[in-house]
Amino acid sequence: MIDVIDLEKHFGGKNVLNGISVKIEKGDIMVVIGPSGSGKSTFLRCLNCMEDPTGGQIIFNGVDIADPKVNINIHRRRMGMVFQHFNLFNNKTVIENIMLAPVYVEKQMLRSIKRTNFGIKVKNLFRKEKKPLLPIETTQEKIKADQHEAAMQLLKRIGLEDKADVYPSTLSGGQKQRVAIVRALAMNPEVILFDEPTSALDPEMVGEVLDLMKALAKEGMTMIIVTHEMGFAREVANRVVFIDEGQILESAPPEEFFGNPKNPRLQDFLSKVL
Amino acid sequence: MGGFGAKVDKFIEMFITYKGYVKVLEGLRNTLLIAVLGLLIGIVIGTLIATVRVVPKYKRLPRVLNAICSFYVALFRGTPIVVQLLIAYYVLLPLFGGHMTGVEVAILVFGLNSGAYASEIMRGGILSVDGGQLEAGRAVGLSFSTSMIKIVIPQAVKNILPTLGNEFIALIKDTSVVSFVGATDLYVAFNYIGSNSYEFMVPYIVMALIYIVLVLLISLGIKLMERSLRKSDRRH
Repeated sequence: MIDVIDLEKHFGGKNVLNGISVKIEKGDIMVVIGPSGSGKSTFLRCLNCMEDPTGGQIIFNGVDIADPKVNINIHRRRMGMVFQHFNLFNNKTVIENIMLAPVYVEKQMLRSIKRTNFGIKVKNLFRKEKKPLLPIETTQEKIKADQHEAAMQLLKRIGLEDKADVYPSTLSGGQKQRVAIVRALAMNPEVILFDEPTSALDPEMVGEVLDLMKALAKEGMTMIIVTHEMGFAREVANRVVFIDEGQILESAPPEEFFGNPKNPRLQDFLSKVL
Repeated sequence: MGGFGAKVDKFIEMFITYKGYVKVLEGLRNTLLIAVLGLLIGIVIGTLIATVRVVPKYKRLPRVLNAICSFYVALFRGTPIVVQLLIAYYVLLPLFGGHMTGVEVAILVFGLNSGAYASEIMRGGILSVDGGQLEAGRAVGLSFSTSMIKIVIPQAVKNILPTLGNEFIALIKDTSVVSFVGATDLYVAFNYIGSNSYEFMVPYIVMALIYIVLVLLISLGIKLMERSLRKSDRRH
């Protein structure tokens, strides 16, 4: 589904990613680990072009999204992202956070259909054979009501339906991150990128976020996760990737990755963190 | 203090019997007109400049516009407003053969000047919003401009509005220089009363009081505004 070919990124003169190639298939749960400064977060952020890659290709559903000419916004809607610092929209309530993007996108689609229909109507004035208008099955109000319903379902799933009309500043870290995850889910993405989702959480809140991620994994969501939670990697991942100095040094299923690491740097890293 | 009583009597006589209040009202009107219209023009210009300055600069056009805006801001922040006023009225206006009153020129110059300051206030307000907010907007597939309009700017406004109020206070007080280009403001009005009665003490004190009252009223407005903005922060 995502085919990363020879991905490179340098900031100024500093090479952060030196040719990373990896294939992610549908349903994969890939955990990326590595020492700090290894480029693992940059790698993740390049996947949806939050950082523009300086070289290489990212083929997502057959389109090279690293190409600056591509309208990245359309592809980002198919790729959710969850941040270390949650980044919930502070000026929106919890439910508005979840609804904002889907409602906006659907309204935009509705508007573009209406524009097209207007064009057809104008041209029909000069046509003998009238061209039929595109069907419109929805209205602005219906979009909003439907998305509100969908967002409530998502909130129910994480047990926060009573927080729907609350502003994010009143939530705990774990609640914020769970809302951030369902905000990504609201766009029905094909893959979700997690950038150290539990690193900014108090220890007692890590569990609730990991549980939600495990549930997503069971449902077959494709996930790419940068994390320091080795236990989680071992339990949930079907592939673990070790990145250091901007390169993939080892990529293996978790049993092999943790049980029989081959790369000396990985052996060293694991001996420190496990 | 008998002398002071006489001075007050003289001022009241000038103010009421000789219709000094007409001049004062005209001055007050001009002062407010210049400050309010100047601020409005400033907000429009400031918004445009701030927009140019926060847009990413990968392409050439934003870069050129950014350079122009930097120059504009440097020019208007780097020279005193009196100098700008004098140049506009005595140099540029005759040069282009325009017919404008001192008040009109003052409105324009104050607008251009506060535009430079307002742009920096707005830019600072936008930059003070956590970068993660824009990233989160982009990550769900909203464009740069949509993310800015729906997420970043509403949060920036909370920082910007009170500071813009301070800019308004500064403008009100700065209008006391427009007499340089022959416009009647509060200073000219009270100076007129003073020079006709040969008595300046009371007129100048009254003038100061009027400025203080104006500024206090605006500060009160800002305080109320801030409070209502804070409230929305805590809203549950």
